[in-house]
Amino acid sequence: MIGLLEYRVAYRTIVVKEVRRFLRIWMQTVLPAVISTSLYFLIFGHLIGERIGAMDGYPYIDFIVPGVILMAIINNAYANVVSSFFSAKFQRHVEELLVSPMPNSIILLGFVTGGIARGLIVGLAVTAVAALLSDVHLHNLLIVLLVAVLTAALFAIAGFINAVYAKSFDDISIIPTFVLTPLIYLGGIFYSLDLLPEFWRGVSLFNPILYMINAFRYGFIGSVDISLGTAFSIIGLFIVSLYLFALHLLNRGVGVRS
Amino acid sequence: MAAALEITDLRKTYHNDFEALKGISLTVREGDFFALLGPNGAGKSTAIGIVCSLVNKSAGKVRIHGHDIDHDLAAAKRYLGLVPQEINFNIWEPVEEILLNQAGYYGIPLDVARPRAEHYLRQLGLWEKRHGMARDLSGGMKRRLMIARALVHEPRLLILDEPTAGVDIELRRAMWKFLREINAAGTTIILTTHYLEEAESLCEKIAIIDQGLIVEDSDMKTLLNKLHQQTLLLDLAEPLADLPQIADFTLRRRDAQTIEADVRRDQQLNTLFAALDVHGLQVVSMRNKSNRLEELFIKMIEDGKVRQAKVVA
Repeated sequence: MIGLLEYRVAYRTIVVKEVRRFLRIWMQTVLPAVISTSLYFLIFGHLIGERIGAMDGYPYIDFIVPGVILMAIINNAYANVVSSFFSAKFQRHVEELLVSPMPNSIILLGFVTGGIARGLIVGLAVTAVAALLSDVHLHNLLIVLLVAVLTAALFAIAGFINAVYAKSFDDISIIPTFVLTPLIYLGGIFYSLDLLPEFWRGVSLFNPILYMINAFRYGFIGSVDISLGTAFSIIGLFIVSLYLFALHLLNRGVGVRS
Repeated sequence: MAAALEITDLRKTYHNDFEALKGISLTVREGDFFALLGPNGAGKSTAIGIVCSLVNKSAGKVRIHGHDIDHDLAAAKRYLGLVPQEINFNIWEPVEEILLNQAGYYGIPLDVARPRAEHYLRQLGLWEKRHGMARDLSGGMKRRLMIARALVHEPRLLILDEPTAGVDIELRRAMWKFLREINAAGTTIILTTHYLEEAESLCEKIAIIDQGLIVEDSDMKTLLNKLHQQTLLLDLAEPLADLPQIADFTLRRRDAQTIEADVRRDQQLNTLFAALDVHGLQVVSMRNKSNRLEELFIKMIEDGKVRQAKVVA
């Protein structure tokens, strides 16, 4: 009988391996987000932001900081899992995992935790840059941490599903380029929902990232366009649905077993 | 003795309707050194893939040390080690880390895994390379790394899918020695190979799979006894003037000092040597023209093709 202790060792092995992987290539995995977000803070926050003035009653740079941090978390949590799991498929070392006695749920949790770790490390680095370039407020640390971890988990699972279906390197960039990026930019990073006409405001409510950015922003500046309860319910619903779907794919062997 | 592997009526049909396995049954006893042979596309790798959970089966049963993979997969997998045909480790990882990770996937903590990794890396001549990236290893070293990785959780059943493909003869012999040692220590081994000399030298039990069916399942000795005739190469002490005619034996001149002789199973070699002696020919050495198993294998595969052609017709 396989014991809990063995599962813990297996889970820790995947997590340590995943963290080592992205730290080994930190110039490709951590640094780019820090540089690009620094440019966002400088250009949109300072240069343009000073002409825009206040947004929802806050200086423009203070308004965009939470969204930019969360964008880095989302992109990196997703990118870590999609590239790592697809590479494991491509180089066939996913077979090391499939042949072993660990259950599929541990494999999935291990990769997702790796994605969360990268999302949070990059998020922390971007927050440090933001602190240098603006006055970062912290209204509720618990909300900030909770939204950061849950959002990273959600997009790490989504990245895993993308990697399961991907057959080529093109397939792992299609979703981030054509789905993720538009949803993030239209999720209210740079503007308040109140600025939109009624119709587009209604359309925006179908964008799940809007709820995450708003909840995250609340943790920083205490301002929110939608209710926190709704935000956490939507994040939770997506996490559970995507996790169960990813596990189902793994149990069926989709993309990894013939 | 318990069966290390029991396969019953195993079938696999791929999505393109290709029937790779048409109901094979096979038993590998604990402690066996078992050869699974067959031409390319016969179904060997599919069968191994199903046993190792890399391929979904369409029907049939697989039990590993008594554990059914349908009901007790995790327990079944713990007994199993796989050395696949293709390189399948992360080439961007250090050598030792690959072994430690593999041990971790089996729930083996680091304090146990480290000495084991050292043991197998030393045994397979990779200890000096332990900190290097796997991509920097030579082809032979990569194959040895896959063997070390498959052993680090100390499986009782080791499956090697063409482990010596593309490996030079010296290294191949060293790997044979190593495999004989771990088999003698109690590990059951299933080997697929295209080097039939390798199967004949290492394995006591053999199954031949062709077109998704088991066409032979016996021990090596019984199988080789089915060979009715072998061709021997006889090296002579002196150059040959004329090829002698010897009753019941077919002789051919290969070169000035070598004769080919067809010898049936019911014939005595002493008779042949005595007759050559009468003609003043002294034999200084003798060898098989081709590998005996190879001759049988080719015959069986050709028989199978003839049967298939008849069915189609």
